Amino acid sequence: LVIQIFEYNGSAVVAMVGKNCFAIASDRRLGVQLQTIATDFKRISKIHDHLFIGLSGLATDVQTLYQRLVFRHKLYQLREERDMKPETFASLVSAILYEKRFGPYLCQPVIAGFGEDDKPFICTMDSIGAKELAKDFVVSGTASESLYPVKPCTNQIWFEIQKASYKKCNEAEELFETISQALLSSVDRDCLSGWGGHVYVVTPNEIKERILKGRMD
Amino acid sequence: MECVFGLVGKGFAIVAADTSAVHSILLHKNNEDKIMLLDSHKLVAASGEPGDRVQFTEYVQKNVSLYKFRNGIPLTTAAAANFTRGELATALRKNPYSVNILMAGYDEESGASLYYIDYIATLHKVDKGAFGYGSYFSLSTMDRHYREDMSVEEAIELVDKCILEIRSRLVVAPPNFVIKIVDKDGARDYAWRQSVQDVTTAAV
Repeated sequence: LVIQIFEYNGSAVVAMVGKNCFAIASDRRLGVQLQTIATDFKRISKIHDHLFIGLSGLATDVQTLYQRLVFRHKLYQLREERDMKPETFASLVSAILYEKRFGPYLCQPVIAGFGEDDKPFICTMDSIGAKELAKDFVVSGTASESLYPVKPCTNQIWFEIQKASYKKCNEAEELFETISQALLSSVDRDCLSGWGGHVYVVTPNEIKERILKGRMD
Repeated sequence: MECVFGLVGKGFAIVAADTSAVHSILLHKNNEDKIMLLDSHKLVAASGEPGDRVQFTEYVQKNVSLYKFRNGIPLTTAAAANFTRGELATALRKNPYSVNILMAGYDEESGASLYYIDYIATLHKVDKGAFGYGSYFSLSTMDRHYREDMSVEEAIELVDKCILEIRSRLVVAPPNFVIKIVDKDGARDYAWRQSVQDVTTAAV
């Protein structure tokens, strides 16, 4: 009996860019292989008002990594007296992950934020810090290819759904609809993720947090 | 296999654990208390390798006491749970402990709470949780009957339902269980549910 370590807890995270806004969403299931432990697990955390990180993968490393990143960001805030830019933060996450190259944190982060001039920025990386910048959307979570550490985690079906449903120049409400439908239809094909969704739609002036009710199974 | 489960009610939290100490096919003893009093208002129900279980829970208990002595105030349940998770996480990639923990506690400000901490240091605050093969039965039973803000009587009824389910459906069902409760008056034994009792014989 071989356990797939990236699929141990089950997870799904997606981020999308819209017109002057971005959205980041995750599922809410915390499982231990076939068993569901909780249906309110938070995978997305706010680093500051214009920067969010969603971590998929092994839950214990999600928690450890999140604590380390909040620590590093707080130190940065004390020294620089300002918030970190998302590009800088992505490089920080990448460096922290590569530090553990031969004993990695088993997570795939998705980073979303506003950069210079409130330009939306999203990126994902694999568990050893290989950054993948994208202009439109990024995904991570339980997938068949998750054992291969270098390739970014993308579910083939999810990818197709994203491509089909994504339209450029989405306003905040439209973006919310797009990302919610994409998340729900993707997790419905994956038994290890789901039990609802958690969506953050962020514009330069406000953060809208919403809980989705999907198929609860 | 070890069965541990617990739930949160109105102003209290209850945890139950089996009391068998097993080594392969042999039952060493059937009154092993796996629920430890962490401090006056906290309980830790642990399951896993016996050596690790005792060592790790005692380590946490002593550190929680040390904090109280040094700082004059006790840790909150959330803080104790996060400390426990930190220790498990640090040891995970060096010398892992094989211990699963359900930590129940009562705090003045936040009321009763239950924390699920598994052996790879995944921490989550839950209303109901369980470990072991028994969890397949107890979690489903609790999903069916659990409600927010249950009274002690209702919660014990649910715990007994779970024990009955485990006893009737698990092939290697443990015979005896201990139930402990924590509320504003502190952490204490609630009851034992014994179907097999130790027989003492006169010395020859």
